[in-house]
Parts: sequence; structure tokens; C-alpha cells
Amino acid sequence: MNIIKTLALGAGLSGLLLSAAYAEGLQGKVIGFSQIGSESGWRAAETSVTKAVAAELGIDLKFADAQQKQENQIKAIRGFIAQGVDAILVAPVVATGWEEVLTEAKEANIPVVLLDRGIEGPEDLYLTSVASDQVKEGRVAGEWLVGAVGDKQCNVVELQGTVGSSPAINRKQGFEEALAGKANLAIIRSQTGDFTRSKGKEVMEGFLKAEGGGANICAVYAHNDDMAVGAIQAIKDAGLKPGTDILVVSIDAVPDIFAAMVAGEANATVELTPNMAGPAFEALDAYLNGGTVPPKFIITESKLYTPADDPQGEYDRRKGLGY
Amino acid sequence: MTDTPVLEARGVVKIFGQHRALDTVDFAAMPGEVHALLGENGAGKSTLIKILTGAYQPDAGELLLDGQPITLRDPLHGQGYGIGTVYQEVNLLPNRSVAENLFLGRQPTRFGLVRRHEIEARARQLMAGYGLDIDVRAELSEFSVAVQQIVAIARAVELSGKVLVLDEPTASLDRTEVQRLFAVIRGLKAKGLAIIFITHFLDQVFDLADRVTILRNGKKVATQPLSTLNTTDVVRMMLGKDVAFEHHPSSLSSGARGAVRVQFQNIGRKGMAPFDLAVHEGEVVGVAGLLGSGRTEVARLMFGVDASEVGTFEVDGKPVTIRNPAQAVAVGFGFCPEDRKLDGIFGDLSVRENIIIALQAKLGWFKALNRDDQIELAGRYAEALDIRAANHDMPVRLLSGGNQQKVILARWLAIDPTFLILDEPTRGIDVGAHAEIVRTINRLREEGLALFVISSEIDEVVAYSNRIVVMRDREMVAELTGDAIATDAIVQAIAGTPQEVRA
Amino acid sequence: MTRPTVDLRPASLPPNPPSRPMLTYLARPQVIALAAVLLVNWLLFPGFFSVTWQDGRFFGSLIDVLNRGAPVAILAIGMTAVIATKGVDLSVGAVMAISGAVAAVLVTSGVSAPVAVLAALGAGLLCGLWNGILVTVLEIQPIIATLVLMVAGRGLAQLITEGTIVTFSDPVLIFIGTGSFLGFPMPVVIALVLMIAATLIVRRTALGLLIEAVGVNRSAARFAGLSANALLLIVYTFAGLCAAIAGLIVAGDIRGADANNAGLWLELDAILAVVIGGTSLMGGRFSIPMAVLGAVIIQAMNTGILISGFSPQFNLVVKSAVIIVILVLQSPLMAQAFRRRPSATPPKSGTPQ
Repeated sequence: MNIIKTLALGAGLSGLLLSAAYAEGLQGKVIGFSQIGSESGWRAAETSVTKAVAAELGIDLKFADAQQKQENQIKAIRGFIAQGVDAILVAPVVATGWEEVLTEAKEANIPVVLLDRGIEGPEDLYLTSVASDQVKEGRVAGEWLVGAVGDKQCNVVELQGTVGSSPAINRKQGFEEALAGKANLAIIRSQTGDFTRSKGKEVMEGFLKAEGGGANICAVYAHNDDMAVGAIQAIKDAGLKPGTDILVVSIDAVPDIFAAMVAGEANATVELTPNMAGPAFEALDAYLNGGTVPPKFIITESKLYTPADDPQGEYDRRKGLGY
Repeated sequence: MTDTPVLEARGVVKIFGQHRALDTVDFAAMPGEVHALLGENGAGKSTLIKILTGAYQPDAGELLLDGQPITLRDPLHGQGYGIGTVYQEVNLLPNRSVAENLFLGRQPTRFGLVRRHEIEARARQLMAGYGLDIDVRAELSEFSVAVQQIVAIARAVELSGKVLVLDEPTASLDRTEVQRLFAVIRGLKAKGLAIIFITHFLDQVFDLADRVTILRNGKKVATQPLSTLNTTDVVRMMLGKDVAFEHHPSSLSSGARGAVRVQFQNIGRKGMAPFDLAVHEGEVVGVAGLLGSGRTEVARLMFGVDASEVGTFEVDGKPVTIRNPAQAVAVGFGFCPEDRKLDGIFGDLSVRENIIIALQAKLGWFKALNRDDQIELAGRYAEALDIRAANHDMPVRLLSGGNQQKVILARWLAIDPTFLILDEPTRGIDVGAHAEIVRTINRLREEGLALFVISSEIDEVVAYSNRIVVMRDREMVAELTGDAIATDAIVQAIAGTPQEVRA
Repeated sequence: MTRPTVDLRPASLPPNPPSRPMLTYLARPQVIALAAVLLVNWLLFPGFFSVTWQDGRFFGSLIDVLNRGAPVAILAIGMTAVIATKGVDLSVGAVMAISGAVAAVLVTSGVSAPVAVLAALGAGLLCGLWNGILVTVLEIQPIIATLVLMVAGRGLAQLITEGTIVTFSDPVLIFIGTGSFLGFPMPVVIALVLMIAATLIVRRTALGLLIEAVGVNRSAARFAGLSANALLLIVYTFAGLCAAIAGLIVAGDIRGADANNAGLWLELDAILAVVIGGTSLMGGRFSIPMAVLGAVIIQAMNTGILISGFSPQFNLVVKSAVIIVILVLQSPLMAQAFRRRPSATPPKSGTPQ
């Protein structure tokens, strides 16, 4: 149990464990979890954190990996209903096509909690949805930069996520909101790095060449940490010091960005918590044991991490979560 | 029989590119007769059939139905005029019922609904007329090919009912099935249909047909009642007589020949009777036989294109293994295949590369012929065989058929072969190139090469062979040497007697 | 014993055209296309051609084009040989991911770098061999045979890395991706060496001709005594090796194996590079250097888009428009139009029949 406890703490759960409001808790409850798959490190971390938290709370978690297919998720949910579970967690792979199976769950009186992504359809089909606020993530990153720069003139380059994806659109919007009205801050270049490390590096190389070898750039904002890690390498290759010559701020809080912070090469990251299950269990506890209906949308915290927040410790804690 | 043909073609001509596939051919099918259409590959049978059924339009000549000129736009149009066709491969829907196949596209309906029971009743009645008592609701694929063939005929007769074209209907049937089909055909004949029957089996022609039309090289050789002919006459007309090579040169009959170069013992595989053959230095062994007699199969076995399941190969007295063409090339065999375009030339590669490719394959990957070697080799053999190309770097596909054939021949001469197999070396090439190829074969023999030459042109084979192997029914049935080599003797050997074949 | 040969009269050779002067190479549509793309890049960004010496290496956008283009160029080298045999290899992107994953997982678990590199290359060889066996022994169509590994290979890479980006700090692996030799980035050096070696091997041995023969007419190749299957095995295995090298470079570049994204869709860029290089998907004539040039053109375009400052929404539209122009330029129709202009070489006389 020790390792799991460490993991659970690492994911910022201590508050949750203390706040279990009802005597019975979720001890012995059977909860089904239909996960999308393991397409990214963050997703893998979400899975391992969910399992860890469930174990800590004494929940009998039934885990089903859908391997990116909605039909697998629907099958898994039907299976959970047939088993008569107490509740179901779903990280939906797509936004549409859920009415039928969620109605079946509703008729079986099994509460459903959506994790990480929303769906289109009547809101009464699920108990609540736990997700991060992507616009807020961008805003937190932007606000940090505004604070860090002060009154200094600062040209920012932006590494966008995949063109047209909702995190790319929302994180861009939030960041721009934070910079609005600040005359000393300007986004001078913005390109897509497809959320990948190698594209992040390639695009940053281009930016550096185009902006006087980096002399005109004061900060880089990346829509995720992977691209930031790539950008850091590009900055180093150009003979500049990332974190000093060019500030680096990004979103996600994966282990490698903390490693960069330890080396003084990254300045800030905004956490997209892999612990979507914690608030979900909390809401289920209140609902199943106290009859309290939770709000329809539970927004997770978008916590800012800087080198002041023990990056080495964060790195060590997160390394084991499957990022 | 009346005097007016139900379907007649007068002076039809069909030209593809520069090739006259049909050259002023007359053909007439009378009501109540089975009219066989015979000829070797490329004789123009299928072209004529396609014109008669509307798949092709003739470039000259006319088509008459019941004495009236008609123009057929396509086979469906022809069907409307009463001309139906059944092909070797049954052209129906295997996963539909017999009844549905019979009436597909013209189901009897009442108030817009398909009358299922009526269809089935009529189908049962129809099949009974053909002597078949089968469950017409069962899927077509559940029945034997013969039954499927009869269903196809029944459908064609129902749809058309005047002329029935049967294109090799018996190719995949066994003997009893053939008889059953023939009974059906005789029944249709008695009803007054004109039946045009295409086959490679001569005994079936004599068994079933009333008259025969023989085509050769796009021209009609003859139309005659079969009662006036015997098998030998038919074979002779099919294989023809070319004045240029009328006589077997006496020099070839002298009997003097060199040592055995290659020896095949008990070579064969499924569907091909094992054969023994030795070919000597300076000897041309000619192969005569009709299409489908197994002549190409023998060549493929010799060259390892198909691996022999039994037997042994020897070259210059030493045993060798030949299980694929690479091994055959390694011991000095060469093979000019029948289908030049498919198996012979590398269309996009240059003339030079086409000539040196076999030698290069024999030398292996690492002993590359450098450009100078290649130019020298290609130049040498192009000169020797008089290959006419603007230059040797042009793609070989731009050359004429005759020059392409010479390029393939040059390819094999370049490996300094011990044994050369030529399968129909003169097919589809113009007369001039034809004579050159024949001269080349003679020259190669004189220079001591061992050759094995397959040809449908019987006079041609006679002209250059020291020895002739006759094939029938996938078996070597006769061997003629010396003065015994004569067109008539070969024709008789190919034909056998009808009784013999049927036994 | 007398050797049967044809009577050999003194050969008077028909004229072979003299080897083409350098000028015609420069007039090829690919070279013109590259020049045009570079010119546009220069117009968009005047500092495009400036190359400086910095930290013991060349530094500049032009070097970036070569460096970033190297992985696709390396893939294209292997892909050219495959396409010349009338095949295609869709799995190279996934094989890149496998190779990077193998190397990264091995070095992070304490295996020495040379062993890890050899293991990664070995994994690529095995993947290529697998494709070759599917194509030759089982006679599956290349597009389907390699689709298997394209899908399964990425999954395999994810299994190896357990779905995470395996970050490493091994200096040897990092050198492969980001080091430099004589001032040039290692990926460029590796691609160049591979291109020259592969070109020499196919042109100095008979492999090139035999590969073309198999691609033009596999049946005729068999009848001519070629071991087509052995050639196909070699070609697919070589493509696997090239993919493994590219995978090592990409992993070394970002100091980590990203199984989800490494080499993703790069098989399509590689095929495109080969096609831009003038090798037909119908097999036959091929040119490895021209395929490498094709990869450079693609990357010059990508870099141009990056530094142009256009909104990223335009990336794909601009890229496809340029590609269409290049492909039209080298289409047979345009080639005819070019040929009709008066030129130094007289028109070929008709083939005598």
C-alpha cells in the first residue's frame, strides 16, 4: 500500500482523502471505468491514478480499455450495467452517440460520471462531468508570463497544438485573454507543432532563424509540455539559454518539464491533472451515501508549477504514474 | 433445313491496329444445324464470334439475320434479335437460385410483385424439358458445372431462341457430362435452332456438328459438311500449308548429329504424362500438336517454370537440378515464351538492357556488366539478328513484334546457351520477320545449338526440324525422324483416328 | 568442342546517345522546383540563405532544411527501391517508432549505446524481412502486406515504451540525432553517406537493373532467370533498415522515443518524395538521388511555411498546391510540351518495322 499511497499523494490527493464526508465512504462499492485507451502519457497516468485512488478508497474498480473505439466503450458500459455496478466512470472517446447506452444505465439507476471530455446530448443522462477548463489553463499560463515579464517589452512565440483540436483552440484563447491589453507583450509568431516533441523542436528552430537567431524572442508559450521540451532543445542548439534568454511556459505538467525546470531550462507549467477520478469519487460518495446531487460540471484545478515548487520532487513523484 | 441462313456474315473484316484479325470472312449458320468453328489461337474465331453476337462491329462486310441486313450495337442488342451466347466460364450468379438465374431481369410479375411460385414452377418445367429434375430453389453453385452450363444454355435459349453460340462449353466437363450436354444441344437443334459450336476437341466436332468452318490467320480456309471430311483433313486445314517451307530439306534427314546435350528422363507433373527426350548438339526437335495438346506444358517443365514432380535432367551427361527458371538459366537453357508481352519483354527497359538481362541474371548481382560490355553485347547480337531499332537505349516496347522477338532471342544467345526452347517464335509477327526467325533457327542449328521449337505452323516445323515430336492429349504420341518427316504424316499423327481419341 | 555462337560479323553499332551533359540534369523539373521553392523562401525571409558558423557547426535555415529533411530522405532511399519493384512500404513510419523505442528502452535500462543502436537496426531489418516474406512467400499485395506492420508496428512500439515518451541522455544516441561532423548535422551526413552508398551499390552492381526488371515485368523477370523473390526480400529489408536509421535520428533529435508520434505519416512523405523524384509507382526506372532531392523539396516547403508567418491553417493547402504544381511539371504531358521545343538533340526517327 505504501507505493500506492505515494502515488496518490503525488497526484495531489491528500486533500481528497481527508475530505471523505460519509462514514461508509465508497468502501466495497463496485465502480466500472471505461477508459479510452493509452494514446498518450497523460492518459496512462490518468489510468494509473484512477486505479490507485480507487484502491486507496477500497473501491472494487472494473477497468475496461476501449482501444480508441466507441463500440468497445458501449460494450463495456452494457457489461457494467449487466453486472449491476454501483456507478460508472466514462472517458468518452467521441462526443456523440451516447444517448442509447446512457439511457440504459439511467433506467438501471446507475449514476454515470464523465471524465476529462464532455458529450453532446441531454444533461440528465449523466450525474456529472469532471474536466479541466482548457481556456483557464491558457489563461493561467498567460497570467504567469504577464507577471514574470512585468513592464519589460516581450515578444512571445506560440507553439500551437494540432490545428483545429479543442485544446489548441482553447489554450490559445485563454492565453490571449491574459495578454489582452498588455501593450508590452505581443505574440509575434504562432505555428502548429502538432503536440509533439519533434515538431515542437522543428518549429522553434524556424522561429529562431526567422527572429534574428532568437534575439527578438523573449518567451515561448507551448500548448503542451512535449512541444516545450522540443523547443528547449532548439533554443540550446541555437546557442541560447532556455529559461533565461527565452522564457518557457507550457501546459500539462508531465515529468520531463520538471526535469527541465531542475536544469533551469523551463519556467512554468500549468497542470492538467490526471486525477479526474478523485473529484468523481468524491461526488459519487456524496450522491450514493448522502443523496447530494453534485453540480453538472466539476472543473479541476489548473495549478501552476514553477521552479519554486520542488520540481525534483514533482519529477520523482510523477515519473511512476506512466507519463 | 431451309436455304436461307438464319445468321450470316458476308465479307467481314476486323482490323486491330495494323493487324487484320479477320480478313474478308464469310460465315453462315443454317436453322437446325450445329456448325463447328475451328482454328488455332489467333485464327480469328473469337473475333468472328464477337462480331456475330454484336460485341464488335466489323470494319467491313455485313451481317444478315434471316436474309435481312442488321447492325448489332452490343451483345444485348444481339440477344434482342435472338442471338444468345454461352461461354466456357458460366456467366451466371452462383449464389442465386436456379429459378432466379433463369428469369433474372424478366421475372413474371403481377401487380408489380414478383410471382415467386410462378417463377419456380416455370423453372421446373423448363429444366424438365432439358431432362433435369433438380430443385430450382437451390443455389446455382450447389450444382455441377455441367448442370450450370445447361442452366446457362436454357437461359440463353429462353432469351434469344434463334441462334445459340457455344464458346468452348465442354472445356471443364467430363465425358458423361459432355454427352449429357450434347443431348441437350441435339434437342435444341431438332427444334430448329442454329448452333455455333467452338471447341478444341476434334472428336466432339465429329460427334456433334453437321458442318465446319475452319479459320486460319484471320482467313476462312473452308466451310464443309463434316460427312465429307476426316480428322486428318480438318487438322491439315487448321495447321495450313505454307508454300515457302513445303519440303523437308534432305540435309536434315542425313541422320548425322552430334553428342547428346540435354536429356530429360521421366519429366512430368499432374495433368502431364511423363516424357523422355534427348536433344543433340546441332539438332532441332520440333513439336507439333494442337492447342491444348500439352506442348507449352512440356516447355515449361523443361525450363523449370513448372517444377517437375518426377524424373531427372542431364546436361552434357551430368545430372542437374531444374526446379525454377534461374536454375535452368544457370545450366545454359534459354526460353522464348509464347506470350512475348507478358512473359518475355521488359517494355520500359531499353533494347540493350533487354538483351543483356539474362546474362546478367546468370552472372549474379555482383558481377555487373559495365556499360561498355553492355553496348558491345547488345550491338553484337542486334547486328547478328538484324534487330532494327533507332538506338539501343530506346524502350523495347516501341519495337515491332518481330524485332521484340529477335531481342528475346538475342537475350538467350548472349548467355551462350546449351539448349534453346522457342515457343511459337513466329506468332503474331509479320511475314518478313517470320522468314528471318526461321532462317535464324536454321543457322543456330548449323552452328551446333540444341533447339526445341514449338509451332502451330506445321510446314514451318517441317522446314527446320531434324526430328518431330507429336503431342496429343498432353502426351507425346509419336516421334518422326528423317524421311518420315512430312506434313501428311504429322497431320495424321496429330489427328489420330476419331475412334482412338474417343476410347 | 565447338561453342555454338552466332556468326559474328564485325559490329557496326547504331549510335548510342552520348552521356547527357550536366546542363540537362539542371533542367530537370525537380531541380527547377527546388530552386523555385528556395526562391520563394528567400522572398518570404531574406535571411534564408545566410549560413553562419556557430559552436563548431554551420547554422542557418538552409542547414535546417537539410537536417529536418534527412529522416524523410533516408526513408525515401529505401522506399525508392521498394517502389521500383512495383511495391510500396507503408510501414516505415511505424518501423521508425519501433527502432527509436528499442534503442531508448535499452539505453535507459543500462545497455551500452552501440549495442542499443545495433539492436534498433536489427529490429528494423527484422521488420523489413517480415514485409518481404509477406510479399514474396505469401504473395500478399505490398500495400496490404505493409499495412499490417503500419498498424501493428506502432502498437508494438507503444508496448515497448509502455505508452510513454522514453527520455534518455545517452551521448551516443543524442549525437546521432543532433551531433555534427565537419560542421554538418549528423542526420545530413548519415543521409548523404547512405544515399551515395545505396546509389553506388545499385549502380555498380547489377542490383539496380535487376530491381528495375522485376518492377517492369515480374513474370518476364522469372522467365529470364532472375530470382525475383530474393531481390524483393533484399529490397524490403533494406527499406526496414533505412526506417530504423531514420527512427534513431528522430529519437536522438528529441532525446526520447515518442512511440505515438515518431514517424507518424512519414511513410506518405517518403512515397511523395520518391514520386517527386520521378520514380513511377508502376515500378521500373528509379533514381535514389532524385528521391532524396524530392525529400529536400518537401522539407524546403515545410520550412518555408514555418518561417513565412502564415497561420498554420494554411499549411496543408499551401503544401498540396505546391506538390500539384511539381507533379504537373513532371507529368508526361508537360514532358511532351517541353520536348516539342527545339532542342540540341534531333527528334528520334520512327521505328522501322
